[in-house]
Amino acid sequence: MPGVLKIILQRLALGVLTLFIVSIVIFTAVNMLPGDFAELILGQGATPEAVASIRRDLGLDQPALTRYFEWLGDMLTGNLGTSFAQLNFQTNMGGGEMKTVVSQIAPRFANTMFLAGVTAAIAVPFALMLGILSALYRNSVFDRFTNIFTLSSISSPEFFLAYILILFLAVLNPILPSLSNIYEGMGFGERLQKTLLPALTLTLVVTAHMMRMTRAAIINLLASPYIEMARLKGMSPMRVIVKHALPNALAPIINVIALNLAYLITGVVVVEVVFVYPGIGQLFVDAVKIRDIPVVQACCLIFAGAYILLNLTADILSVLSNPRLRHPK
Amino acid sequence: MTTLLYLAAALVACFLLGWVMRFAGQSLTGNKPFFRDMPMAVAFGYVLGAAVLLFTLWYYFQPTVDENGVPVAGVMFFRWAVQFFVISALAAWLFRLLGRSVGTDGSRKLFRSMPLTASFGILIILIYAFVAIFAGAIAPYGQAEVFQQVNALPGGDAATGGNPDHLLGTDQIGRDLLSRLIYGAQNTVGIAFATTLIAFLLGGSLGFLAATLQGWLDQVLSRGVDVLMAIPSLIFALLLMTIASAWAGSEKWLLTVYMVLIIALIDSTRVYRLARAVGLNIVVMDYIEAAKLRGEGLPYLIFKEILPNAYAPLLAEFGLRFCFVFLTIASLSFLGVGIQPPLADWGTMVRDLAQFINFAAFSPLTAALPLLAAGAIALLTVAVNFVVDWMLHKSSGLKE
Repeated sequence: MPGVLKIILQRLALGVLTLFIVSIVIFTAVNMLPGDFAELILGQGATPEAVASIRRDLGLDQPALTRYFEWLGDMLTGNLGTSFAQLNFQTNMGGGEMKTVVSQIAPRFANTMFLAGVTAAIAVPFALMLGILSALYRNSVFDRFTNIFTLSSISSPEFFLAYILILFLAVLNPILPSLSNIYEGMGFGERLQKTLLPALTLTLVVTAHMMRMTRAAIINLLASPYIEMARLKGMSPMRVIVKHALPNALAPIINVIALNLAYLITGVVVVEVVFVYPGIGQLFVDAVKIRDIPVVQACCLIFAGAYILLNLTADILSVLSNPRLRHPK
Repeated sequence: MTTLLYLAAALVACFLLGWVMRFAGQSLTGNKPFFRDMPMAVAFGYVLGAAVLLFTLWYYFQPTVDENGVPVAGVMFFRWAVQFFVISALAAWLFRLLGRSVGTDGSRKLFRSMPLTASFGILIILIYAFVAIFAGAIAPYGQAEVFQQVNALPGGDAATGGNPDHLLGTDQIGRDLLSRLIYGAQNTVGIAFATTLIAFLLGGSLGFLAATLQGWLDQVLSRGVDVLMAIPSLIFALLLMTIASAWAGSEKWLLTVYMVLIIALIDSTRVYRLARAVGLNIVVMDYIEAAKLRGEGLPYLIFKEILPNAYAPLLAEFGLRFCFVFLTIASLSFLGVGIQPPLADWGTMVRDLAQFINFAAFSPLTAALPLLAAGAIALLTVAVNFVVDWMLHKSSGLKE
């Protein structure tokens, strides 16, 4: 067992290192902005005094290295700064309590996690079932039909699928709401109902990939001698696949599930915009449009962190499920 | 809720009918192996397939206008979908037939073993290429030409708020939608193609260089690519677009150029990975050793020895990469930070027209507009994917 622990620790350390370098990349990218933040906040017609004062407030007169470590320290302690939009409002209108980026992001992050959770709960069992079925009836009409269907849904843009679902499930047959206005203190049932349409869209996108990988992983194994043996014993094809092929195909399948959950993070941006779902993706796009740097930076770091974490999980799980990797020579 | 109940009841009925069908088959044919060995799931599948087919036929011939003269949008959309499916299958079949009888021996042989999906893909790609190249000649008007009548409805019927001069109507500032859809092929596909080319030149050449030289260059490049790939690509593109929009300022066309460069950079990391992996497999071959001993230079090694042998996987990757780039650009445009006006492009069109989808119950044709633009994006990526899928299947020689 210590061997396994060592591998996990190694991967974790690698993940932390990657995240650290990614933070450098994000920071450098943002520092390539022409002009500086102070002018961006104040917009046109900023007086030199106001610019200088904001520069001092934000610590922009420090050298880049100092600023980076300060920013990193702030990020680690959960202080993500104040959004420019808020700061702008504050300087121009005055008064009111300042909303920090954390207080903006936290509820939206929870919403996005809810959406991803609902999607995963629908997509994973559905994809596994479809994958097993099309491996079982490979090269049949059913298999060809699912192949065409999944290939089409992988290659369609998310907003195409989203609008088709809206057209049929919200406009023509008003079953589900086409806008997901979620607010705090909403009951679970209502919340689920409003999340269902975006979740279904994401399910269509993610299922296709997972299902194809499940099918490929199982079919890869079907040529093995032990499957042949099970077949010759007179086992039913379903039993051969579920009892013999599936446990050995589990490693690539788990891997692909984790990778697809990571993919959800990217897909969530477009889908949230279509359904006006109050998640972190929508906040990110809005911040990009008005160049709200602190929010963009924080969202970027969160997305990258989640992405790295899920990839790491996929990596560790595939090591754990494969004895040959668990005991390297 | 009642819909769900009906659906569940229909599934149960299919299951029972499946059992009946199998039993009837067994007793009528004297227990032929086909019916004797049929699992319940397969019987269920046959009955379900037949039921879906019957439902399709029944629903297709429902009236499109109810007794009050109001269009029944569901039936109309369904008819369009079925017609599109049948026509494209027919076109793909005819195209394959044409390919089998015309052309050189090699191309005829290729078409003989081609599945319908692949010939459909090739046909669609050819049509898109034609429309993109000759957009100026096909489109009735210019892409930025503004007309008097704004928000003209599609259909070209003056009685229903249309205009016979504008078949698909006009948008909110009076530009002809059909022309913009056609020019969209030129802009969206052209920009995506150029981006993919740049990504391939950059990623491919660096990947081969790293594979041939190895050592510190390989290490530096590979670790750099690892870091860039740790950030989800759409998120990274959005971050860099924020900065690019500040750089571009009010010059909108510059932002489009920056977008091309940014997406090319991000996607070149994926190409680099593949090119390096393929290159590493090739450089250990004996003929590379021989070429090195002959004293050939680096350009010769890369272009004359490695590239011809890495051709097949790179071509498949080019198709897939084009799809990703195309979808990323469409998504960025849809989010409002991609291709900038006055250039017509499909992602922006979807965003601008999306609200019309709510009018589906009154004017199905209007509601179809955003789907038309989004469908134009989807159709091309689906077509490319069909072709790549077939190419991979053929080159891997997989039978199962």
